[in-house]
Amino acid sequence: MSTTRRTFLKGTAATAAVLASPGIIGKAAAADKIKLVSILDQSGGLDIYGKPMVAATEMAVDDINAAGGLLGREVELKMYDPQSSIQYYTQYATQAAASDRADVVHAGITSASREAIRPTLDRFKTLYFYNTQYEGGVCDRNVFCTGSTPAHTVEKLVPHAMKKWGKKVYILAADYNYGQIIADWVEKFVRDEGGETVATEFFPLDVTNFGPTIQKIQAAKPDMIWSALVGGAHISFYRQYAAAGMHKSVPIASTTYGVGNEHQLMSAEEGDGILCAYSYFEEIDTPENKAFVERFRARNGGAAAPALNELAVRSYEGVMLWAEAVRNAGSVDRMKVIEALEAPTMIDGPSGAIAIEPTTHHATLNTYIAQVKGQKFQVQETFLAQQPTDTMQVCDLKANPDTVKFYFENGLEAAGIK
Amino acid sequence: MDLYIALALQIVYGIANLVLISLGLAIIFGMMRVINLAHGEFLMLGGYTVVISTNAGVNIWLAMLILAPLVVGVIGVIVERVMIRFLYGRMVDTLLATWGLSLVLIGLVTTIFGAQTATTISPPIGAIQIGDFTSSGYELFLIGVTVVLSVLAYCALKYTRIGLIARGTMQGAEIASALGVSTSRTYAITFGVGAAVSGLAGGLLAPITGVLPSIGATYIAKAFITVISGGTAILAGTLSASTLLGGVNSVLSYITGPTIGEVGLLVVAIVLLRLMPQGITARLFRRSL
Repeated sequence: MSTTRRTFLKGTAATAAVLASPGIIGKAAAADKIKLVSILDQSGGLDIYGKPMVAATEMAVDDINAAGGLLGREVELKMYDPQSSIQYYTQYATQAAASDRADVVHAGITSASREAIRPTLDRFKTLYFYNTQYEGGVCDRNVFCTGSTPAHTVEKLVPHAMKKWGKKVYILAADYNYGQIIADWVEKFVRDEGGETVATEFFPLDVTNFGPTIQKIQAAKPDMIWSALVGGAHISFYRQYAAAGMHKSVPIASTTYGVGNEHQLMSAEEGDGILCAYSYFEEIDTPENKAFVERFRARNGGAAAPALNELAVRSYEGVMLWAEAVRNAGSVDRMKVIEALEAPTMIDGPSGAIAIEPTTHHATLNTYIAQVKGQKFQVQETFLAQQPTDTMQVCDLKANPDTVKFYFENGLEAAGIK
Repeated sequence: MDLYIALALQIVYGIANLVLISLGLAIIFGMMRVINLAHGEFLMLGGYTVVISTNAGVNIWLAMLILAPLVVGVIGVIVERVMIRFLYGRMVDTLLATWGLSLVLIGLVTTIFGAQTATTISPPIGAIQIGDFTSSGYELFLIGVTVVLSVLAYCALKYTRIGLIARGTMQGAEIASALGVSTSRTYAITFGVGAAVSGLAGGLLAPITGVLPSIGATYIAKAFITVISGGTAILAGTLSASTLLGGVNSVLSYITGPTIGEVGLLVVAIVLLRLMPQGITARLFRRSL
């Protein structure tokens, strides 16, 4: 191909226009729309958690826009699907911050994904919401963790279950940072309550044969099982446990069962009697929650809609907390919104009142203990306005606003908690 | 004493479980040198067949033992006709193509049924009592099925005309073809039978595992390692490799924990393949099926 002066000029002019346009469009759009980016797994192994979270995030943004948007501006939702791969998380987080210039990012399901993108969003000074129940310990002024932590759930469920069933506990947990740290917490709370942990076992996420463990449980004769098993393959445990007739003699307590809607994946016979604790259950009996559940179902295919659980509702309430803070701040400027959130911001969501706890950027929320019966949860006990006391032991962003740390990364002992 | 009986049963079940999830893959690999990376999804489809048909009111035994292998076998034949047959002798290409197929199947099932399926089927056999210990009666049944399946496969290959043709095609496709055997039909049938066995396994495991679109991924690695460790002899390879790997996995899982159990299985497989790169049956049981 020969290059004449004319074609060369045409070419460069076109290239320049293409290169310049994203900047121009980006700025123009930023002036009239507020950008909310969501990064949640809609495919791959984590999609059982991600899909309801995505549906709830969409509903939150639609609700905000239906009420006239924020500060007179429409909120634009941009979604990325990282396909259950950490690599895509970092890629999309960079894209959200650098290219989309997001005003806020709501992202992450596993702790691994959160830790992968947190430094990126810190570096680009992009406000970050992590709306998942997790092991606690993140201390970072740019980050808001709205999910429940072990102090909300495990600390309540351990005494409840021990009073009901007995003091000898056998712990089963998924073999990655979440499971390891949760197992630490369970052991600690069991010890605090004067109980005994007879064994703790960790399972890689793809284990499907739990036979040897079920025999070991029978030999150890515990009073109860604590399950921190995670994901599709681990559902096999509950089913094989029931097939061996064990669910009748040694009951199960868990703070992971149910968020993948396991109670609906299993028959009533297999699931009945399992005790769980979360900051939300679909079955919470308030008019606000009933209305919310009805609207969610109507939007998502009626009877085929996924059951709502803590993950989905946290995604909805996380967006709503951010929106309320933007209204209070009168701006989407990052520092102004952070200060408004610390003021603190509080809302009434489907789970009840939820507020930001300013020293840790976690949430003060209601916790519920419920038991599975006929593929549904029956709420047994309610704890109002519970603080994230686990993270509060190590983190104080008011005194040290420059902290950027995940305290429980190497277990509780490393964080100085006995 | 009761503990040892319960434990022995557990080890046998660990082995039977590996045989069950690997046999379909072994048939296809042993006969046709095709490594089917969509094998896990064939298991998953078997599981879905059982869940959906029992939810529609079909008897669970009928769904597990007849419908699951039938449906997945038909899918297997279709896959062979429209995809695999163009790729014989190109192992890397078939790997890639079947991997693509597995992604398509996961995507399709997710689109049709959603990321989570209501599995409301329970094992049709209750628990059994061994002294102070209870064990799953259904696992005992699965051990039985695995034995019957292995014997059936042996007899079919050894004593029937179809088995003879299949073995002949496996040993020398051109000579078999010269003798008037339609090798392309043999391949299609073999692939279908392999898929049907996978479907049966998936269906049988449905009541004691989760049935999700992505569940295949948890099976494929173990099935793959078992078949490669076993070598090309379908039955002897699968049985010997399953006994070794499943035994090590069960015993280590019991003594230490499942993490070391999984590591142990992989270490044994690596050492084995270092010593016998063509698998167990390339060195031992050489003339077996």
